[in-house]
Amino acid sequence: MKKRNLFLKVGLIILMGVFLATVSACSKKKPSLDAMEQYPSDTEIAAAGGQQAGALSEEELQAQRLQEQEAARAKDAARMKFVNDDIYFNFDDATLTESARQVLQQKVAWLRENSGASVTIEGHCDERGTEEYNIALGQRRAESVKMFMINAGISPSRLNTISYGEERPVDFGKNETAWVKNRRAHFKIQN
Amino acid sequence: MKKSCLNIIFLICIAQLVSVFMHPQACFADYDYIKISDPFLNKIPVAVPVFQCLTGEPAVKSVAVEASNLVNEALAFTGYFKMIDREAFLEDSQTKGITGPNLNFDNWRDIGAELLITGGVSIEDDLLQIEFRLFDTFKSELLFGKRYKGRLDDQRKIVHRFCSEMVYRLTGKRGVFESMIAFVSTTTGNKEIFTCEFDGYDVKQVTRTKSLTLFPAWSPDGLSIAYTSYQNDKPEIFIKHLNDKTEKRISFDGLNITPVWVPGKKLMAATLSFEGDEEIYLLTESGKIDKRLTKNWGIDVSPTFSPDGKMMAFVSKRFGNPQIFIQNLDTGEVRRLTYEGKYNTQPAWSPAGDRIAYSGMDNGQINIFVINTDGKDLKQLTRDTGSNESPSWAPDGSLIAFSSTRKGKSRIFVMTASGTDQQELITLSGEQTSPTWSTSFLEY
Repeated sequence: MKKRNLFLKVGLIILMGVFLATVSACSKKKPSLDAMEQYPSDTEIAAAGGQQAGALSEEELQAQRLQEQEAARAKDAARMKFVNDDIYFNFDDATLTESARQVLQQKVAWLRENSGASVTIEGHCDERGTEEYNIALGQRRAESVKMFMINAGISPSRLNTISYGEERPVDFGKNETAWVKNRRAHFKIQN
Repeated sequence: MKKSCLNIIFLICIAQLVSVFMHPQACFADYDYIKISDPFLNKIPVAVPVFQCLTGEPAVKSVAVEASNLVNEALAFTGYFKMIDREAFLEDSQTKGITGPNLNFDNWRDIGAELLITGGVSIEDDLLQIEFRLFDTFKSELLFGKRYKGRLDDQRKIVHRFCSEMVYRLTGKRGVFESMIAFVSTTTGNKEIFTCEFDGYDVKQVTRTKSLTLFPAWSPDGLSIAYTSYQNDKPEIFIKHLNDKTEKRISFDGLNITPVWVPGKKLMAATLSFEGDEEIYLLTESGKIDKRLTKNWGIDVSPTFSPDGKMMAFVSKRFGNPQIFIQNLDTGEVRRLTYEGKYNTQPAWSPAGDRIAYSGMDNGQINIFVINTDGKDLKQLTRDTGSNESPSWAPDGSLIAFSSTRKGKSRIFVMTASGTDQQELITLSGEQTSPTWSTSFLEY
């Protein structure tokens, strides 16, 4: 009985070893370094059809690389969009319009996906009106945006605000087309 | 620096001051010559002949011409004197003499001069002496005379010291001649704080932050300027001492803007937003919160105080658009001052305490207005000349400095308190904004 048991145990261990080796070979998309080292020589790799396996793995690598590049590109695009899409306001107003809220929803989504990012929200005004009041109004705009973000669940510690009033216009024109663009909240990513 | 120089001259003057006339009624304290509250209806005609050379140095001759011209310019600047063209003069004070007995007052009355200023210049041991005499031509009377002594390059200061004395004796106030104006200029490419003398002379750069610097305010003693700077990438308040160049920083979270000193108290006020809302606070001079003054959600900004320090005017959006309100600092009671228009900002309390100047926007154009503190007697001082912003009262309340885009780029202008005699103050490249008049240093 004892001898039979021993046989069974040894047999099981061997079987498990084979099984594990097979599983690990299948689960890898390319031969692992360990697996390759088990081959006695280069020629045997060729004879065992290693060339074909290598070709396949290169294609897969390329695909993966493309996939990664695509993902990186998408991530960059999302980041760019986050930074480039400004929130616009009506004259002498810091309340969020419906379209401002839609843009802010996208920004909230980005902040959720990029939980390590902290941002500065800049409040800006058009050139009409006076400097002192416009600095205060710009701050009010930045605070409106910050409050929206906090209500959407973003931690206040990730949200910094600053106002530039009418001091940093994006469009120097002296007409409504320019003013519309300048009455904005702009995002900057800190890290 | 200015103040210490002035003090030196002043001390020398005191020591050297000779009452060069013997008229017993030297001081006519009833000030009935000029009513500064409405001095612009009739400008007083003044004649200032070229000063007499009392010693023979060649330099004396040029000082005599320059100093008498400077008196002409300084008095013309006030808006309440009319300087008579020298071409019209019938008498040559170079030969006739400068003291009462040598003057023929008929000659001055005939050309319309009500006041006559004669001067004599001498230089001894590199010290400049100028003596001035002011005459009432109709009474044929010497009103006062003074002799000042200083260095050769103190000529401007001596002239302005005399003008201050003269205006004080005529109006009961020291005038503007020894005051300064701080302003913001983009001439270096960034907004920085600059100063100049009351007439735009001697422009000096105060800050070199190479960032955004805004809202200059003078300390009551004229020795420090507070302002907002973004040099640390956020709007913080700095208080810079003009002599020793030391700086203090006031920096709470969020906004730190529109600093101003409270008259008669060792306190400042500013707009801060560290509690999530723009409110006006009293601060100690070391930058600690003394008290929160406004308690209203929404924008409260731009404090300005009555001369007794008991009332504050400020801008608030509490009723939907920016209007000017007045708060009693003892009771906390707040009342609305402005009702005309939908955008009234930048209040400036007059030194006499009875009026507030501000800028109001209508159809995209900003203009300067003046209103009594009880809301009555609203007057528009500028119109149809671009945007006119940031009114600031001269220390005697006779003039208002402001910025205007009437020539395209924003420039600093000065006008009388009733809106007349609008003139450009400074020629400097870039744009100039936010003029802020100092107190008259003589009062300290």
